[in-house]
Amino acid sequence: MTAAVLALTASGLSLVFGIMRVVNVAHGAFFMLGAVLAWFVSEWVPGPAGLSFAVALVVCPLIVGAIAALADTVVLKRLNYEPEATIVATIGLLYILEQAALSFFGPDARPVPAPLSFRIQLPWFGYSGYKLAVVVGAALVLLAVWLILKHTKAGLIMRATQIDRDTARAFGINVDRVYAGVFAMGAGLAAIAAVLIVPIQQAHYLMGGDPLLLSFIVVIIGGLGSLRGTLVAALLIGLSDGVISTFFAPTLAKILATLLVALVLVFRPQGLFGRRAA
Amino acid sequence: MKADRALVLHLALLAALLAAHVLAPAYHHTNLARIMVLSVYAMGYNIAFGYTGLLSLGHALLFAAGLYGAGMGVTYLGLTAGPGLILGTLAGGLMALAVGLLALRTAGVAFMIVTLMFAQAGYLTILYFGQWTRGDEGIVVQKAGRMLGPLDLSDDGTRYLMALAIFAAGLLINLALVRSPRGRIMIAMRENEDRSRMLGYNPFTIKLTALVISGLYAGVGGAAYGLMFGYVGASLASVQYSILPLLYVLLGGAGTVMGPFLGALLMFYLIDYASSVTDAHQFVTGAALVLLVLFAPKGILGTLRDRGLRWLP
Amino acid sequence: MTRKLITTTPTRRSVLKGLALGTGALAATSALPRFVQAQSSEPIRVGFQLHRTGIGASYGRWYERTASAALKVINDAGGINGRPVEIVFEDDGTDPKRGAEVVEKLTAQSNCDLVMGTLFSHVVIGSAPRAGELKVPYLVCSEGHHVASGMLNRWTMQPGITDVKSQVQGMAPFVTSNLGKKITMIFPDFAFGHDHRDYFTAAVAAQGGEVIKHIAIPPTETSFTRYFPQIPSDTDVIYHVMVGPAVLTFVKELGEFYGSGARPQLFGFIDSLEAVDINSPGLEFLDGSHFWEGHPRYKQEDASEHETFYRAAVGVDDTGASVSDPADVSTYAHMFSTWETLFVVKDAMEAAGYQGPADRQKVVEAIEAMTGFDEGQAHPQGPKTFNGKTHQAFGLQSITKVEGGRLVRVHQTSMEDGFYPDEVDYTTMSF
Repeated sequence: MTAAVLALTASGLSLVFGIMRVVNVAHGAFFMLGAVLAWFVSEWVPGPAGLSFAVALVVCPLIVGAIAALADTVVLKRLNYEPEATIVATIGLLYILEQAALSFFGPDARPVPAPLSFRIQLPWFGYSGYKLAVVVGAALVLLAVWLILKHTKAGLIMRATQIDRDTARAFGINVDRVYAGVFAMGAGLAAIAAVLIVPIQQAHYLMGGDPLLLSFIVVIIGGLGSLRGTLVAALLIGLSDGVISTFFAPTLAKILATLLVALVLVFRPQGLFGRRAA
Repeated sequence: MKADRALVLHLALLAALLAAHVLAPAYHHTNLARIMVLSVYAMGYNIAFGYTGLLSLGHALLFAAGLYGAGMGVTYLGLTAGPGLILGTLAGGLMALAVGLLALRTAGVAFMIVTLMFAQAGYLTILYFGQWTRGDEGIVVQKAGRMLGPLDLSDDGTRYLMALAIFAAGLLINLALVRSPRGRIMIAMRENEDRSRMLGYNPFTIKLTALVISGLYAGVGGAAYGLMFGYVGASLASVQYSILPLLYVLLGGAGTVMGPFLGALLMFYLIDYASSVTDAHQFVTGAALVLLVLFAPKGILGTLRDRGLRWLP
Repeated sequence: MTRKLITTTPTRRSVLKGLALGTGALAATSALPRFVQAQSSEPIRVGFQLHRTGIGASYGRWYERTASAALKVINDAGGINGRPVEIVFEDDGTDPKRGAEVVEKLTAQSNCDLVMGTLFSHVVIGSAPRAGELKVPYLVCSEGHHVASGMLNRWTMQPGITDVKSQVQGMAPFVTSNLGKKITMIFPDFAFGHDHRDYFTAAVAAQGGEVIKHIAIPPTETSFTRYFPQIPSDTDVIYHVMVGPAVLTFVKELGEFYGSGARPQLFGFIDSLEAVDINSPGLEFLDGSHFWEGHPRYKQEDASEHETFYRAAVGVDDTGASVSDPADVSTYAHMFSTWETLFVVKDAMEAAGYQGPADRQKVVEAIEAMTGFDEGQAHPQGPKTFNGKTHQAFGLQSITKVEGGRLVRVHQTSMEDGFYPDEVDYTTMSF
């Protein structure tokens, strides 16, 4: 469950980094925005929880994507995607988005009803049916992303831009639009992940911090910019997190995991699964 | 020989701050002491980022090393403020050395993330050893630990002069450093690492030295903050406090000696003012970051330098 | 005096003498309201350090509303010493560094006569040294044990809310005698959680029970399912004190873990669910579980008239939500402390004959001289004992049970349950 949602969030970050070479610190804020918007949708759309959930699943990623595209055009493009400047700018964006959520959504954690509520009761513990649905949903979205990248013209253009921005431009590709699209898609993926997870957790304006850090970890372990590596790493980390914390005190486990990730980046900057730097 | 304009300017700043000791109203008096201590931290950040081109997102770790080095030393070893300050400074430098030995094997984006991760691990470590550090709650530095010989650092006047002394030392050493041959090599490293390497300099050693100096600055800033304001807590080691010096330096001007002070001064009053007119002061911080990278990536003093004041160090 | 004036022919001299005596006596009994003599009709300014942003923002919003309501009550009744009162709110971002700066700003720039407010322990601890240096009374509403533990200073006091050590100690007998003796504690792995771990474990042992497992959760955690298998199967009671935005997840996941099957008793600190509707989707699992509440969120059957008055003044309905928006649930178990603290400020300033900042020390001494507060309009949460040496108030705690979507009180601790030996005597410290 954790792994599936993590994969979704992290693939957004990975996509943006892979194609645009931009480290998006505001990625967690886009995630948060998705969850907060899902709450608004659940308040405003009448009818059963399933309907408002379906609406949220469509509307939230679109709105978040639009905000991301706007941020890309207004800010990132003008910075020429210089890595250090964009990091600073996305930190600024993170603050602005969090403040916006605080001002318009408020400081409380708010729950969003789940569209399904059946539980699977095993003899020793129970498991929520909705969580299984989330796993399936996340897998479907990831499959769709993969299909878009590999088998559509848009995907081809994205990959071309990734390999060589200038050549792509010479071939008449509107690189600016591709970048805005990719940035929007990355943010949209985070938003979808958030809409899926918000019935299990709740919407809160500071909720983006942890997904951001975990996504970073996943993307690094998987190799910066490698979508396949990201998926494998998300599974690995989502599953192993529980294992590590049974051996050590939980906080100690977090410390060790964080240091380990830093060391991976130091000694294998291409990630555990990435190819050697080209 | 032409008058040393840069030196005169910096001495004038120090003289103005000394005058403020007498002239500034109580509220601004203490604020200035605080700003001076924070700008020592920011100067350290600037030595790594502004002059050497090392964009770290984990300097809070070095600040916290100084803070806790001094705070724990005073609380558990019974040190007074003098040795506490020295211990904190060294802790900052040593931590920078340890981080540098590992993190400097990477560059650019990877360097940022590695330093961010190290700082996060450091933050969690402080929480984990809550029995001694009191974790997020933090510890109050008791009066005995805030005595520097006969000087009581909790006294407003003494604190101001002490902050000014540390700030003055930091500023003048910084000035001397960037004018020295070593400082020029650091800048060369920022501008073109490959060419510097061809000229026979070892980039790793140069960067490591810069980072350690930066750590000493951050350490003394952290130690001074803990001892002068009497509080040591984990929130000062959180990622927010890694972003803070970056913000100060960007605003004042990366790679200028006075930039960190100017940035800290303006940012402090901007937030102070913003929080009395609106709740949305986080927005102010965010907008400042975005606008700065967009329209004045070189900060205030950096822009001035481009517009004619070429002698500004 | 009056009789004398009637029986004898008054001379001008005796009248003057009598008048002088009268005014002298009035001036001496400084406890009397000084509507006439008040030298200044300048408002008294109370600085309020507020969690308007940051992790404490839910609390901050309600602290602001409650304090403003108390302010109105006080001003409608003539203010303090006949002077009107103002509150200057300033956001501390729930950050200790900013907190200290805010104390500075309120005292030195806004010219506040004293500073009160804030909840989160790290902000209190970060700000108290500065309050001590500025020699300004700093009255906190944080329920932390930091005041009574002696780590702060003469100027920092907590007259409005019981500290956590006392709360926990007061509840332990109920838990061990009604819910079970084998307890598993789940708490956040930082100072607030560690306080619970240490004091509750000791208090349970004193009652003949045992904490058989401590599960410390890292502060950045957002999902908890993987910690639940660590709960020993012979656990009678799970004691949970999670705080922060992830608590809802915590409770839901606990519910999923046990499902409709057999489960241990649950005992929680309402801190887990402050500002959260107890009837939120996913919380059905809490039905039948017990909570500590500093002040019961749902209006109880036997609520006093003061309770009713307080709810109406703050704008909270009988379910503990805002009267204007039922989805806006208050932080009811904590926010009464700002109301009560403001009334303590009024009493102390009047007892001290407060004129201006030069009398700040007298305010601290006046509060130290207090021994307790009676239940009433000024203290709707209930009566309290105040320990002038440790600067800490002790009150009654409620244990409520979730029944049909309401929190119903099943037990109220006695004052003595929460007493422990003094750990500090602030009155021996210099100002």
